[in-house]
Amino acid sequence: MNYDQILCRRVAEVPPSGIRKFFDVVSEMKGVVSLGVGEPDFNTPWGYSDAAIYSLRKGHTHYTSNWGLLELRKAIAEYMEMRFQVEYDPKKQILVTVGASEGIDIALRALVEPGDEVLVPDPSYVSYAPGVTFAGGVCVPVRTDAEHAFKLTPEALREVITPKTKAMILPYPNNPTGAVMTRADMEAIAAVLRETNIIVISDEIYAELTYEGKHVCFAEIPGMWERTITLNGFSKAFAMTGWRLGYACGPTELISVLCKIHQYAIMCAPTAGQFAAIEALKSSMQSDFAEVRRMVDTYDRRRRLIVSGLRNAGVTCHEPKGAFYAFPAVPKGLTSQQFCEKLLWEKKVAAVPGDAFGELGEGFFRCSYAASNENILKAVERIGELVSEL
Amino acid sequence: MQKMEMHILEILTDDARTSVGQIAAMLGLSEDAVQAAIAGLEEQRIILKYPALINWEKVDVEEVEALIEVRVTPERDHGFDAIAEQIYRFEEVRNVYLMSGGYDLLVMLKSSSLKKLALFVAQKLSTIDGVLSTATHFVLKRYKSEGVILDEKTEDRRLKVSP
Repeated sequence: MNYDQILCRRVAEVPPSGIRKFFDVVSEMKGVVSLGVGEPDFNTPWGYSDAAIYSLRKGHTHYTSNWGLLELRKAIAEYMEMRFQVEYDPKKQILVTVGASEGIDIALRALVEPGDEVLVPDPSYVSYAPGVTFAGGVCVPVRTDAEHAFKLTPEALREVITPKTKAMILPYPNNPTGAVMTRADMEAIAAVLRETNIIVISDEIYAELTYEGKHVCFAEIPGMWERTITLNGFSKAFAMTGWRLGYACGPTELISVLCKIHQYAIMCAPTAGQFAAIEALKSSMQSDFAEVRRMVDTYDRRRRLIVSGLRNAGVTCHEPKGAFYAFPAVPKGLTSQQFCEKLLWEKKVAAVPGDAFGELGEGFFRCSYAASNENILKAVERIGELVSEL
Repeated sequence: MQKMEMHILEILTDDARTSVGQIAAMLGLSEDAVQAAIAGLEEQRIILKYPALINWEKVDVEEVEALIEVRVTPERDHGFDAIAEQIYRFEEVRNVYLMSGGYDLLVMLKSSSLKKLALFVAQKLSTIDGVLSTATHFVLKRYKSEGVILDEKTEDRRLKVSP
């Protein structure tokens, strides 16, 4: 059979993830220190896992409501209000999803008509652009740069808005740059959007991992609530990546359409994970987020350690303010791919080339500091060796 | 206590070998400031010692450890302190805690043999004035110590590269 003629062209034409290629090489090598991991190194706190195990023992092994367990949605509503001062009705405005990843997919599918443009800051997480393409839309990168600490600026935004612009993805704190948007930064973006009908898909999965100041939920900016789908989840803040549990919040008119896709495609998020998530939220809210704070404090120390280490090694690195990534510049004369390959083959350090996250990621490499102090120091030392040998 | 000092204590609790330079980098402070803070904490006897956490089960030595519940009569002017001191002065005694509940002092002892330990309890501990009774419990196996699971290898189960 000639599959090329059969497969959906817009799917077939999306190139495989630049990260995948690297992963295949790294997983075969021994003695590699990896700064390539995009997930917490903490295990899920046992109390959350225990709640899931208990739910299984009690026989909660069936579907839940398409929207997710009401108890979980109520806890999410309480959490969003307590933590970010944003109000959502747990019955109609919160949908429990299979990770924030599903939220991205169904939000795009709910909004995009063929040919619609979706703005995506560049560089950004690898799933947005393919997600837009799969939904039949056109991904339009919005430039961000080290000079502006990789924040989205109103100037860059204005340059790319056209009558076809349907939506914008706002991914802050940002993977891979570690950029965060302050309230003032967001106000400036909101001022541009107010003149338009653009819907914002605000991926705030790293919200809790904000190191200087407090995360501002975009929906909290005056006038933005009604045009924002807020995506969040349990992976990063609660070290629950493998559970695949997230949520989408927004106006009833939007979330009900996301739920329509979700109910036919997914049915409901995994039940045991939802019980773990209830425990994660409730115990955190009762303990003033002690467990979250412990993890955030640890990341924050590693953040300073890796940035000072990289700078001492002679690498230019802007200061990341959120998530758990540093995004330093590749030394002059090499592409991101070349540098990361050299780093891997010659020094056995895995980092992800910046171009995996968009064209404007070229010239940078992503270093995850969800790694032990020991590994961070080892990796930084080896990066320093490589740089001095160039 | 200042926030910086709390951070230093947390870092050292996790790894007492963390260098002053590393702590300074982690907290965004100068090495001098960290050095001075640590000196202050030692001076105040907040930091007492920098020991390693060792799994003695894996070391080929004969050693027994016991927890002893001690009921005592507190003294009029000194409460439990004087009698506690009479107990904690013995080198064999590792820990002494005043407890709420059914007994008063929890005494933890280490010794090279069961017999020696039993003799210590019979001859030294029980004979102290004010000690009403003792109940000795021997430790058979340690599973977790100071927050560390002893028999578990810490392995990184994550994919080596992920988006």
